[in-house]
Amino acid sequence: MADVQMDQEVYDRLIAEGKSERIARAKAKAAAVRKGKIAEGQTLGPKPAEEASKALEEFRASRGSGGVATKTAAPAEAGAPAGRLSPEERAARVAASLGNGGDAGSIGVPAASDHTHRLLALVPPSGIQQVQSKQMDKVYTWPHLLLVEFVALLAVGSLLLVVSFFLDAPLGSLANPNEVPAINKAPWYFMGLQELLAYFHPAVAGITIVGVVVVLLMALPYADKNPSAKPENRKFANMAFTFFLAFWGLLVMIGSFLRGAGYEWVWPWVQGLGFTL
Amino acid sequence: MPSYSDIKGSVQDNVIWKSIFRPGSIYRKGYRDTSRDRALAAMNNVLYHLHPVKVKRHGLKLTYTYCLGGLSFFLFVLLTITGIFLMFFYTPAAGAGTEIAYMNMRDLSASVTFGALVRNLHRWGAHAMVFTVFLHMARVFYHGAYKPPREFNWVVGVILLLLTLFLSFTGYLLPWDQLALWAVTVGTNIAGFSPVFGDQVSFVLLGGVEIGPETLLRWYVLHVLFVPFITVVFLAVHFWRIRKDGGISGPL
Repeated sequence: MADVQMDQEVYDRLIAEGKSERIARAKAKAAAVRKGKIAEGQTLGPKPAEEASKALEEFRASRGSGGVATKTAAPAEAGAPAGRLSPEERAARVAASLGNGGDAGSIGVPAASDHTHRLLALVPPSGIQQVQSKQMDKVYTWPHLLLVEFVALLAVGSLLLVVSFFLDAPLGSLANPNEVPAINKAPWYFMGLQELLAYFHPAVAGITIVGVVVVLLMALPYADKNPSAKPENRKFANMAFTFFLAFWGLLVMIGSFLRGAGYEWVWPWVQGLGFTL
Repeated sequence: MPSYSDIKGSVQDNVIWKSIFRPGSIYRKGYRDTSRDRALAAMNNVLYHLHPVKVKRHGLKLTYTYCLGGLSFFLFVLLTITGIFLMFFYTPAAGAGTEIAYMNMRDLSASVTFGALVRNLHRWGAHAMVFTVFLHMARVFYHGAYKPPREFNWVVGVILLLLTLFLSFTGYLLPWDQLALWAVTVGTNIAGFSPVFGDQVSFVLLGGVEIGPETLLRWYVLHVLFVPFITVVFLAVHFWRIRKDGGISGPL
């Protein structure tokens, strides 16, 4: 197919509106095609009802006084939409299209034409569902997304492999329930919790605070009624969540790096790092 | 001597090959870089369960997702594979004087081919997964990606975060060294302070009143079977909802 010309005016306007280049190009091409059709005198969009009714009238006229059935059916159809066929008319149309109905022709096809197609149904414009959906800028999953994912997977996989090659996972001495180690810490992701335990009773730090945090996290999307996802419209939410993350991050850091034997506060450059992954 | 295309023809033009690859598969008709074949490559692929044929262009930008959800899943798969390998060389037994679990850890590093490397991968991978899941949650928050219609998927995500932590924590005990025993002691002591049922919760978690061989067996089963199973179920719901809720969120 020859390249479709672009309507430069529409293109410039869409670009100025901030549409992506791809969408602007597509819409500008569509506008150019539409303009061309109007210049040729074609009507755009669904065919008006009158045209469809006219085709039906012509069909009936071309059948002329050929069928008594038409005459009996017509009064009954008077109040009905113009685009209805009586069963007899339908039978006649099928016969015509099969070539044994004389030269009556079919609806929308002149009697003496060499058209091989015929009208199958008349759909009033009101019966066409107008779907208003925004065109999204989309790309094919293969190769675009899968390639990105594959590279990410390789990058993280090889990083992990290199780390695992040079860095050995810790293995302490055999577990001994009677010998409490001097530095006794949970895994790092629970250090925030252990740090809280230094300040509060376990029932408060370990159960109440954690329970409240989990419930709040789960309730978050139902509590946040702000429909906008733009950062400038949700400054409070972003700030609150950042404080929340920073708070936990700080607790984890303190617990991991600034606590030593007996969970006392230490400086890592004085007494060394009491931290094992 | 038959030519390459003859061999290719006879391999591909038979009942077995055609039963394996669906009609329209690129392994039947070949692949040309056309829109049709790109769509078919996604459709006739088991990955169609995860990815639609087309995705929003803005979601491809590395700085939108940083691939964090995908990487969390990749690490989960990697941990499953390395974990299965480790299971061949591990017995969750730690009776007094017969601490087979700990001896297995020693042997794993000393005499199993690639044993140390696979254990390292499993350990560091587990830490990495906790980290990527956490970052994924932060990313989703800052993009407001939990807003309708994605509220429920956020809840599933929080459950998956908790499951990830629990998976990591149950695995922490398995080496049966001092580090494991006492880190887990700290964690399970807290559970004992649950209101009303504290003692019962503690008893169920430990399989007794204190950490012992029963705890090891219990946490082993939790770690290799029970929690991964639950996690896979929630992962399936999580991924399914991503697509049903209209794919990736945004653009902002």
